[in-house]
Amino acid sequence: MLDINVKRLQGVFRIHTSFVTHGTGITALFGRSGAGKTSVINMVAGLVRPDEGRIVVNGRTYFDSEKGLNVPPEKRRFGYIFQDGRIFPHLSVKSNLTYGMKLVPRSERFVAFDQVVELLGIRHLLNRQPSKLSGGEKQRVAIGRALLTSPHLMLMDEPLASLDNDRKSEVLPFIATLPKEFSVPILYVSHSVDEIVNLADYLVIVDSGRAIAAGQVKELMDRFDLWSSAWCGPLPDRGIAPRPVASPPRSSCFSSPVTK
Amino acid sequence: MEILELSSLEKEALRLSLWVSGWAVAGSLPAGVFFSWLLARKKFPGKLLLDGLVHLPLVLPPVVMGYILLVLLGRKGALGAWLYDVLGITFAFNWKGAAVASGIMAFPLLVRAVRLSIEGVDQGLEAAARTLGASPIRVFFTITLPLIMPGILTGIILAFARSLSEFGATITFVSNIPGETRTLPLALYTLTQVPGGEEGAFRLCVISVILAMIALICSEVLSRRLAARMKG
Repeated sequence: MLDINVKRLQGVFRIHTSFVTHGTGITALFGRSGAGKTSVINMVAGLVRPDEGRIVVNGRTYFDSEKGLNVPPEKRRFGYIFQDGRIFPHLSVKSNLTYGMKLVPRSERFVAFDQVVELLGIRHLLNRQPSKLSGGEKQRVAIGRALLTSPHLMLMDEPLASLDNDRKSEVLPFIATLPKEFSVPILYVSHSVDEIVNLADYLVIVDSGRAIAAGQVKELMDRFDLWSSAWCGPLPDRGIAPRPVASPPRSSCFSSPVTK
Repeated sequence: MEILELSSLEKEALRLSLWVSGWAVAGSLPAGVFFSWLLARKKFPGKLLLDGLVHLPLVLPPVVMGYILLVLLGRKGALGAWLYDVLGITFAFNWKGAAVASGIMAFPLLVRAVRLSIEGVDQGLEAAARTLGASPIRVFFTITLPLIMPGILTGIILAFARSLSEFGATITFVSNIPGETRTLPLALYTLTQVPGGEEGAFRLCVISVILAMIALICSEVLSRRLAARMKG
């Protein structure tokens, strides 16, 4: 279960994102670039401190401004996969993979090294230096590195954004299997409708720093008004109140069809 | 091959120069890395002042620096008297003083090289290490430090070369004592002051040029190799 409520003023941009999702599946944060998705995920990771709010994951509180609680990122054990991979360039693939794992007590590890290496198909890369890896390989190493910390939550910030379509189809299936394989909830940031439809169980639509809708992907599928507002044009503050949808808007910027 | 053999005077000056410079760099390295990191990463009141202080030896006449050290660290100096009374350490007129003078004169070069490399480190990598469970100190030693190694090595070699050539602050602060503070440049200076010293002075001059060239070439080769290996 994710119970996120964060407020932060960044320059003139005000973020006030609040949503609750249940279960251990994949929750997608969806919105245009610049909607504040990355800021929200950085706050969940503990890399950016919210001005106010609460961050609760599976019943454990990681941030609570009222109680003055702020667990530092290294104590949260959230596996974070960044848009740009961020593989340590001075370490071999193997050392990258085990960097976080070594810091987790053996008794608390529930993700085995061999299992991850097999699942991600990176055994042949273990002794390489990161400079010799392709973009898709780097991203798989990044996923493995985060998974091996046996995380309580996986955070993924457009993990496929830097990849071309071939590489995407290489990495996407891995991500889809993660919650089932390791029963770790995932918070997934994306602005691609396709990725969300293919991956996510829950959906949070973010616009101008606010969560304008949250729920199961199935329920929100037909809400073309929300989807389109996350795609183009500024949005008046109308919350998540339903709005009559007579005919889905066929605006030019709404390019990806919402079909399964 | 007699010409290649060093006289005992030359050997002594060379040995002392290497010794003093080695200690100068070793002693100033931790502080150099710390101040580089402070200046590269932190915002605090008085940062401009600190930046200026660190760079002062670069623009100040070395004699002035030597005189300041004499006043501060001399046996009767503000800091020197305390150091002597409490810890029994004195920097006046010995090789340790020469090392202090060299270290301070070379400090700006060290800080500039290290600071540049710290500014070049992708802070995203450090953030990634935090999310993987590493405390800020562990992040510094396992991520930041290895990534700035090329800068540190460049800084070390530049500072070492600068220490070898230190003259003004040294002669003002710790004088020109054979076997104690008479490093290569001071020995060379001494020879130019006596009749018939030209040949000896020329030999020391050649030794100094060779040393400096070795240092610069080492620095270049090392930093190229490291940079190639670090390329992500």
